[in-house]
Amino acid sequence: MNRSIWIYILIMSLVSFIIRVLPVTLIRRQIKNRFIRSLLFYLPYATLAVMTFPAILSISENPLCGAAAFAASLVTAWFTKNLFLSALLGCAAAFLAAIVL
Amino acid sequence: MTKNKGLSPFFKGLRDGLPIGAGYFAVAFGLGIAAQKTGMSPLQGFIMSFFNHASAGEYAGVAAIRSGAAYLETALLILIANARYLLMSTALSQKLSPSLPFLHRVLIGFGITDELFGICIAYPGFLDPFYMYGAFLTTTPLWATGTAIGITAGNILPDIVVRSLSAAIYGMFIAVIIPPCRTNRNITIVVLVSFALSWLMSVIPSAAAISEGFRIIILTLVISSLAAILMPLPEETEEAE
Repeated sequence: MNRSIWIYILIMSLVSFIIRVLPVTLIRRQIKNRFIRSLLFYLPYATLAVMTFPAILSISENPLCGAAAFAASLVTAWFTKNLFLSALLGCAAAFLAAIVL
Repeated sequence: MTKNKGLSPFFKGLRDGLPIGAGYFAVAFGLGIAAQKTGMSPLQGFIMSFFNHASAGEYAGVAAIRSGAAYLETALLILIANARYLLMSTALSQKLSPSLPFLHRVLIGFGITDELFGICIAYPGFLDPFYMYGAFLTTTPLWATGTAIGITAGNILPDIVVRSLSAAIYGMFIAVIIPPCRTNRNITIVVLVSFALSWLMSVIPSAAAISEGFRIIILTLVISSLAAILMPLPEETEEAE
């Protein structure tokens, strides 16, 4: 198990490195293709949204803890745009929910 | 952002990186809490974070490790979760002096994160590589240290606190995807559809049987391809900075 975590980390690091370094070293012109540009624009939003929900509901056995965190972070992010506050209030909501429920 | 005229680009980078690094530390702590569940050691967390320095990518990797994903699946997942760096790397290639040596290009590419990309693109004229190296030095080590400390804390803090802190990484993702929804309707659609389909695929038995990694890959590709076809970006004008 311990050795395979090292292999996972190696694979992750290699792929991340290649993605970051290839374009800046090889491409010297801008991407013109409209589909590719649009795809790359939407990709981060789709992947982060997919990874967040419903995974956040399983931070605790009781899905309501995750739901509370989800709601708190959504509201905070919408009104403050603050990364740190959004994470902090999400944790606080999950903690409060765990105590109350 | 660059007011002190006397500072060398390197020190400007160090200075501009510091507030970013403080934020990184906090978020990396949350990532460490998530990574701790895979049995990862603080040293492994530090090395993973130093070489990947990507919240979504690392979180995806941690999820893959936790579910015992195949190595190829993990590689694909990192490719998808970090695909935006392809675009940033391409954009940065336009910010470099054509005479900049290959090694500098490699190091600049390696240093890309969402935030460093932001301040480097805002740098006046051609990007001075040492500005980025300065910023890298006050951000990535804090990111890596935060991960290691998060893993350590996950091992010693009470269970209820650890569970609550696992919400941090999601809170951060939400803070990235939600604010643009206020002004961009297309992003709102993508985010809502992603939440909905992701939930659907977790409850439909035949879809839920697919591993978490492949579910993320398939959904991300399908949703963003459809969005790119149905709601394409406006035709390219001259790049506005």
